[in-house]
Amino acid sequence: MSNAATHTEPLRSNLAVPDQIDEKTGLPRENYIQDGGKGLKSWLLTMDHKRIAILYLITVVAAFFVGGIMALLIRLELFLPDEQFFNADQYNQLFTLHGAIMIFLFIIPSIPAILGNFVLPLQIGAKDVAFPKLNLASWYVYMLGAGITLISIFTSAADTGWTFYTPYSSSTSTSVIPMTMGVFVLGFSSIFTGLNFIVTVHKLRAPGLTWFKMPLMVWGLYATAIIQVLATPVLGITVLLLTLERAFGIGIFDPAMGGDPVLYQHFFWFYSHPAVYIMILPGMGIMSDLIATFSHRKIFGYKFVAFSSLAIALVSFLVWGHHMFTSGQSEIAVMIFSFLTFMVGIPSAIKVFNWTTTLYKGSISFAVPMLYALGFLFLFTIGGLTGIVIGALSLDIHLHDTYFIVAHFHYVMVGGTVMALIGGLYYWWPKIWGRMYSRTLGVFAFLLVFVGFNMTFFTQFILGARGMPRRYFTYVEQFQPLHAFSSSGAMVMGLGFLLVAINLWWAIKHGKPAGSNPWGALTLEWTECTSPPIPHNFKETPKIEYGAYEYDRVIPTMEKQG
Amino acid sequence: MADSAAHPRWLQHHFTSAGQQRESAKLGMWIFLVTEILFFGGLFCAYAIYHAWNPDIFHEAHKALDWRLGGLNTLVLITSSLTMALAIRSLQVNKAKLANGYLWATILLALTFMVIKYFEYAHKFHVGQLPGKYYTYTGIEGTSPHIFFSLYFMMTGLHGLHVMIGIGVILWLIIRNRRGDFSNAYYNPVEMTGLYWHLVDLIWIYLFPLFYLVG
Repeated sequence: MSNAATHTEPLRSNLAVPDQIDEKTGLPRENYIQDGGKGLKSWLLTMDHKRIAILYLITVVAAFFVGGIMALLIRLELFLPDEQFFNADQYNQLFTLHGAIMIFLFIIPSIPAILGNFVLPLQIGAKDVAFPKLNLASWYVYMLGAGITLISIFTSAADTGWTFYTPYSSSTSTSVIPMTMGVFVLGFSSIFTGLNFIVTVHKLRAPGLTWFKMPLMVWGLYATAIIQVLATPVLGITVLLLTLERAFGIGIFDPAMGGDPVLYQHFFWFYSHPAVYIMILPGMGIMSDLIATFSHRKIFGYKFVAFSSLAIALVSFLVWGHHMFTSGQSEIAVMIFSFLTFMVGIPSAIKVFNWTTTLYKGSISFAVPMLYALGFLFLFTIGGLTGIVIGALSLDIHLHDTYFIVAHFHYVMVGGTVMALIGGLYYWWPKIWGRMYSRTLGVFAFLLVFVGFNMTFFTQFILGARGMPRRYFTYVEQFQPLHAFSSSGAMVMGLGFLLVAINLWWAIKHGKPAGSNPWGALTLEWTECTSPPIPHNFKETPKIEYGAYEYDRVIPTMEKQG
Repeated sequence: MADSAAHPRWLQHHFTSAGQQRESAKLGMWIFLVTEILFFGGLFCAYAIYHAWNPDIFHEAHKALDWRLGGLNTLVLITSSLTMALAIRSLQVNKAKLANGYLWATILLALTFMVIKYFEYAHKFHVGQLPGKYYTYTGIEGTSPHIFFSLYFMMTGLHGLHVMIGIGVILWLIIRNRRGDFSNAYYNPVEMTGLYWHLVDLIWIYLFPLFYLVG
């Protein structure tokens, strides 16, 4: 640290003094878990953004494990070349459900609805999000959407893949309508969250918190919210049209009636490509917070990292055609889409370089969240660079619909978003519950996840490049060793995720009291809030004098108590 | 919560001032309107594509719609937008009773719109000018005139649904206003519903020429 560093005291009144600590639990006497009302009803009718985050945490993690079990079943089937446990139709249903659950029920709501809900108001010094009722409504709409989707699972699960391409989706005998209507309803949940976040960031920042003093997590969530608001309605109308097509044969996507099935693909990807950035941008926000906090260093290129989030959000709307290189678009269209796809690499690379530069000469501590941040840095870079590979026209014609694509998006979605989500959960867990988990088990579980993940998906790059097509339930003999290796990796990764869950679950009751700022971070949720926070977050509205990462000016007070 | 001048009942706890609450509601509502435009945007996009592919069919099929009924409905909706705006104005000058009168007028006009729409729909159902595979009408030349009616029913249907939702929301405003919730100090929900209602009006102003006057 330079000599110029000054020591700034936080508003002491916001932190618990020793006699406000409960001796039995070691946590502050007043906190949102105990004081927001007792009993199930007080949770189900809560307007507190922190409690709503917990509701989302429970349901979204449940969806993750359901989707994960399906992934393991898929890998089990693929261990050997021939039909093992499932026939072709069941296999189609399995990967459809795996994709739909993971995308719509898990990954889209995951970071914004769980961690965003919890930390966004804290990080900007607000008492709540702008529209607390709408926030709670979003969770109920999510549950309704999830319920409707479940109908499909229990009738005859859709077998279209999560993309519901016409004309197959309008003719298959499986129950597509509950699935598409579920997605339609879930979209509203996503829109409500995004709308809430945009207004919250614009209107509820604490005095003195200018845009460029905000934590980059807030920038990430803000950029995400813009995409949620602009893209999701188009998905809504798309699945609505598909539903009407199936139910009433309106013919919009039916070539026999003058319609165009490729129009469906355009509509679908106009949402679903930006949706990819709904998934990754909040993860990038978490990354910035983790890297700066655990390097104890001012983030390098703050404005570049902040604006690159907006740049990604903007460019995300212009590249949907790269999912359709083989669908018969005009040559000029595919060339433009290919070129624009390369452009996404620029803001993404800006972030990766800035994070890496932040590490340089930082005093890095290898806390469990930081391991996930470093994991993200490796895996997301591989995922991003292979994205450039398949954004190139000539290569994509070869690699389209192979395991190379599967590996690429799992590197971004799991290696990126899930890594960031788990890193973020580990990072904010002591704030959410006031207790610390086991570091040893945390490191061990990380190694399992990291190694298992690479075993599973790096192998699939090789499989894909050699010509293994995606969505096939049998394959030729020569791919067997690679498939077996990939499946073994999936089991290792699954065990890793399970240990992560056990570690965090255990900490809720039995972890040591963490203190208000165990990481020595500079953002408001650590410097001005107790762990867990009080129901209205701050006793006094904080006044912000320095930016979120100004480790060159301020030495944070490590607060192990309260 | 104590009902005092500093912190009136309608001011939610997490806002520091009435101004902040109002600004937040406004921004939120405008963002919601953006999502509505994108929602309809998908359909307008589909309309543009199929119109570009089948200009002749659209020309022939539009004759099946009665521009006089469409024009009348346009007038009805524009008038309802005026009464909605007057309701907000009445609250601004603290005339809550008058505001309720204007809100009732808005509902009445909205219902008039729906009744006219009902007669139009009933006629098309009767002669078989229906979407997609239910299309049985034989009076229009060309290969796939049903595409026009698919779009017509989806777009006007979705718009009609928005009118119905608007009626419901305005009814809720009337109940709240009778309870004395609104005054010149606080009328956010009425103003926000007004914004919604103008958008519903605006969408119809686009639908009318696209379907009734396209020839």
